[in-house]
Amino acid sequence: MPDGTIRKLPVGAWLSLEKPRLQELLDLLRQAGYRTIGPRVADGAIVYDELESVAQLPLGILDEQDGGQYRLTSDPKAGYFDHVVGPHSLKNYLFPPRETVQELVQLGAGWEPQPPPPPGPPIAVIGVRACDLHALAVQDRVFLEGPYVDPGYQSRRERLFLAAVNCRRAAATCFCHSMRTGPAVPSGFDLALTELDDRFALEIGSAKGSELLARVDWPPCTRAEIEQAREQPRNLERELHRRSAASESADPPRPRSLDTTGIRDLLLGNLTHPHWQQVAERCLSCANCTLVCPTCFCSSVEETADLTGEHVRRERVWSSCFNLEHSHLSSGAVRNSIAARYRQWLTHKLASWIDQFGTSGCVGCGRCITWCPVGIDLTEEVAALRRATEC
Amino acid sequence: MLTVPPAAPTVDRLNPWGVHAARILQVHAEIPDVVTYELEFHDPAVRARYRFQPGQFNMLYLPGIGEAAISLSSDPGRPERLWHTVRAVGNVTRALARRTAGDQVLVRGPFGSSWPLEKCRGHDLVIAAGGLGLAPLRPVLYHLAGHRSEYGSVTLLYGARRPRALLYTSEYDVWRAAGIDVLTTVDLGDDAWQGNIGVVPAMVERLPLEPARTWVFTCGPEIMMRFVIFAVLARRVSPRDVYLSLERNMNCAVGFCGHCQLGPAFICKHGPVFSYEQMRPYLDIEDF
Repeated sequence: MPDGTIRKLPVGAWLSLEKPRLQELLDLLRQAGYRTIGPRVADGAIVYDELESVAQLPLGILDEQDGGQYRLTSDPKAGYFDHVVGPHSLKNYLFPPRETVQELVQLGAGWEPQPPPPPGPPIAVIGVRACDLHALAVQDRVFLEGPYVDPGYQSRRERLFLAAVNCRRAAATCFCHSMRTGPAVPSGFDLALTELDDRFALEIGSAKGSELLARVDWPPCTRAEIEQAREQPRNLERELHRRSAASESADPPRPRSLDTTGIRDLLLGNLTHPHWQQVAERCLSCANCTLVCPTCFCSSVEETADLTGEHVRRERVWSSCFNLEHSHLSSGAVRNSIAARYRQWLTHKLASWIDQFGTSGCVGCGRCITWCPVGIDLTEEVAALRRATEC
Repeated sequence: MLTVPPAAPTVDRLNPWGVHAARILQVHAEIPDVVTYELEFHDPAVRARYRFQPGQFNMLYLPGIGEAAISLSSDPGRPERLWHTVRAVGNVTRALARRTAGDQVLVRGPFGSSWPLEKCRGHDLVIAAGGLGLAPLRPVLYHLAGHRSEYGSVTLLYGARRPRALLYTSEYDVWRAAGIDVLTTVDLGDDAWQGNIGVVPAMVERLPLEPARTWVFTCGPEIMMRFVIFAVLARRVSPRDVYLSLERNMNCAVGFCGHCQLGPAFICKHGPVFSYEQMRPYLDIEDF
């Protein structure tokens, strides 16, 4: 146990944490005042939720994912983090589904805007994957890097602690390798865990991470452990490239991949292609894809008043370009058809996002494929549009 | 390339949700269902800091009801009093229609891009407006009237469905006296109407102009703007010198909410005023 000695661990240092001692990491975060969030099983899926004990982590549980399919299975060989991504992402905490952006109180004939409420405790998320770190960087550009800053997002983001995890398994819906967003955790984390057989190799990624671990007595990783921790996600990446390039029958299930060559012009140059109508015949316009997408940021502000009508809250709630009222004008909705709404979503995500934010809006997490009730797969739709326009 | 104007001095860069209280000084009836509100900020410091460019808009907010994006239609040289011409057509604007002088309205703004009055200095200007589309162009007319010698010929082509739907009729002679040609047209006349009948694009076709030195600003129904643009391009005006103001559902006004997108643009953030060259690929796509 910690002997009270304070160590200054440099960023880039590696510590070796035996699996039975993982709770110590959680305890350190909680003692430091963080609200700790991590993966837990709930309603048949692995979601992000409050994490008080590592016993709540989905040890020995795997998620089988495919278009419109998500199943949990047990595997005694599976570790704490051998599942991949579930329906939640960091977005649920940094850009929550419902948030008050302004409160007002009626005073006489007028209204008095109230100062913002004090921020909640800082959040620490354990188990964040490479794709979600990229998604976070994408949302940062939306909420922090324009002429205006979203104050709620900024407050949570600045105090966020990220204990990332290097994936050592991919689902059939994963295509981070083709988006160059994973599976290795790149940077932008405070700590990164790589799950080895009996221990975690833990890399320090920031001063915040270093400070948190200043009093631990965890030994440094051996050179072999560091090598193994580095090699593990690289091997997975090579395997994803190999298997997604292989023919259909070679090594099922074949992971997805998205050819992003010239994708902006492919999509924005074919806005009137009949393929949009073909997708629309399957799409239910249910908005699931936008809700599970870790970068989708559309929202609406709702007015909520108490019974006296003298206290009003302006609440920002998640919205979706698949909702008819999203494009509503006094003359009617701009995007009346499902074809128009699917086209809006896909062209924004993969094409106009690049104009707006200098990056794709897709990080290859595959959530939109898994959680689409009819299994529409954006990688297939882009490939189909590419084939249809090339011949 | 789309550009984003910098944050306004009256909007907190770090909290763009913040509102300022304003009082309705006057409500001026314009045409049926359309009134102009004259607003003044309560706080003298906000009043002193507030500046806007022609073409920009404010978010007008009624607590418990909601916000509406409304363009500024007053003189940018007199930013201490703000005019907003509003048609009572939605939830917020209908509630606004029940407000009278002395009532409070909360305001965020100004937001958005503006008509390029600096860049087109020294050139001829054709301003083509339809219906309520004259409101975001009225600040341009005030500016031009006050800086007339800095520009070449200036023509306002303005159309409405009916004579009684023409906005700001009492000001046309003031603008004419300042050296602006004001030509009006209606789709359908009445017993008293002696002027033009027809659509604005048809007036563009007949207008004498020198394409190389002409800039065009247009605002109105999209179908009208589209045909105005076809007409001026057919007259060989450069698409770089044609500007339009677009309307989409604006909810947050700062590019956070996604509602007002058109292709690569957030209308609230990169617009509402764009050059035709910027938006050309996306304007003719149905339901986009």
